[in-house]
Amino acid sequence: MSALIEARDVTLAFGGTPALRGVSLAVDAGDIIAIMGPSGSGKSTLLHCLGGILVPDAGEVWLDGRRVDTLDEQRRSALRRDVFGFVFQFGQLVPELTAEENVALPLLLGGTRRAAALAESRSWFARLGLDGLQRRRSGELSGGQAQRVALARGLVARPRVLFADEPTGALDSLTGEQVMNLLVDAARAEGTTVILVTHEPRVAAYADRQVIVRDGRSSALTVERVGS
Amino acid sequence: MSIPLTLLGLLEREASHGYDLKREYDALFGRGRPLPYGQVYSTLARLARDGKIIAGEAEPGSGPERRRYVITETGATEFEQWLTEAVPPEPHLQTTLFTKVVLALMLGRDAHAYLDTQRLAHLRRMRELTDLRRGGEIVDVLLADHGLFHLEADLRWIEATSGRLDQLAAKVRA
Ligand SMILES: Nc1ncnc2c1ncn2[C@@H]1O[C@H](COP(=O)(O)OP(=O)(O)OP(=O)(O)O)[C@@H](O)[C@H]1O
Ligand SMILES: [Mg+2]
Repeated sequence: MSALIEARDVTLAFGGTPALRGVSLAVDAGDIIAIMGPSGSGKSTLLHCLGGILVPDAGEVWLDGRRVDTLDEQRRSALRRDVFGFVFQFGQLVPELTAEENVALPLLLGGTRRAAALAESRSWFARLGLDGLQRRRSGELSGGQAQRVALARGLVARPRVLFADEPTGALDSLTGEQVMNLLVDAARAEGTTVILVTHEPRVAAYADRQVIVRDGRSSALTVERVGS
Repeated sequence: MSIPLTLLGLLEREASHGYDLKREYDALFGRGRPLPYGQVYSTLARLARDGKIIAGEAEPGSGPERRRYVITETGATEFEQWLTEAVPPEPHLQTTLFTKVVLALMLGRDAHAYLDTQRLAHLRRMRELTDLRRGGEIVDVLLADHGLFHLEADLRWIEATSGRLDQLAAKVRA
């Protein structure tokens, strides 16, 4: 079977600084993979290339048998909205919106009516231990609460691929565990493909496969499939 | 800790006398537990018997027995295989990991690649324990946790070592 999403020899530099120097990575539909590696090694950059946020200088990105790095910004934006979900590493909530509106945002942008979008959004709060916080603004949430809201926003539109950059970074270990269990259960139930960046081995251990990025290169060992 | 394989590793670099092997072993891996001469010579004798090394002629002179040992193809192959395979991810394997890293650096092998292999072996074991934990009762959860914390500690050590390979290489090759 060919991969659902794939980076082929992707290279990207910010100005003179090379961030990715030829990374290849293929992920099958429904797989959960964890990208690990030292700080500054290019993990977030790789995620952004796969997610159509950044365009590589060289190399290719494929989704479901179609080349996506060559699409224009409008098409990539549609892809991000309709097919992908994102949980970003930093500051991702819209401060002007309440928590439930933040979660509903991908649905609203996708054309779901407000009442239906908010109802769907609210169903996530209890599951994530966030009950009672629906009407708070992001400035009124703790770091860990905001992170869980962001996770709900990433999952609410049932994306085919969820990109999650350090989704448990601000959580204590028990809450992190709850969030990972939830993420994995939701992904398995929906068949969502998850590409997770984390520096925590305990979090990476939830994935089917782990990939190590160092100095903008993926380890030659990335093809190893864990557990089978 | 595998003393025979470590001695093979030292011999892979260059032929050596038992006495020098012991000194080198103690300096790099002994850490307050020097290798007794008796053990050095009995290990070398076993390695020679199994065709992994060849003992040269006894050289004349006073003091301890002077005999040079040379690694064979069989010995080199066995060492190479040991060096590149991951240590089974169980608690308290630091000494073996450390030995492999030092030997890999000394012999100019890709220590990063070795550490990555080890890292993935650890992560695979962590994944098994995490699976066990997800379906398990509280007792399974707590037992799995114990394993997970130990593996995590190993992994942290691997990260730290990986970040300081250059320093270690300079020391080992000095
Ligand atoms: N917008 C940017 N402009 C310039 N340089 C950047 C930018 N984003 C990232 N970089 C650089 O690219 C390299 C890779 O960064 P990236 O954010 O992908 O690392 P990372 O592996 O996600 O690190 P961390 O674990 O700290 O989040 C780094 O050297 C970083 O300084
Ligand atoms: Mg990052």
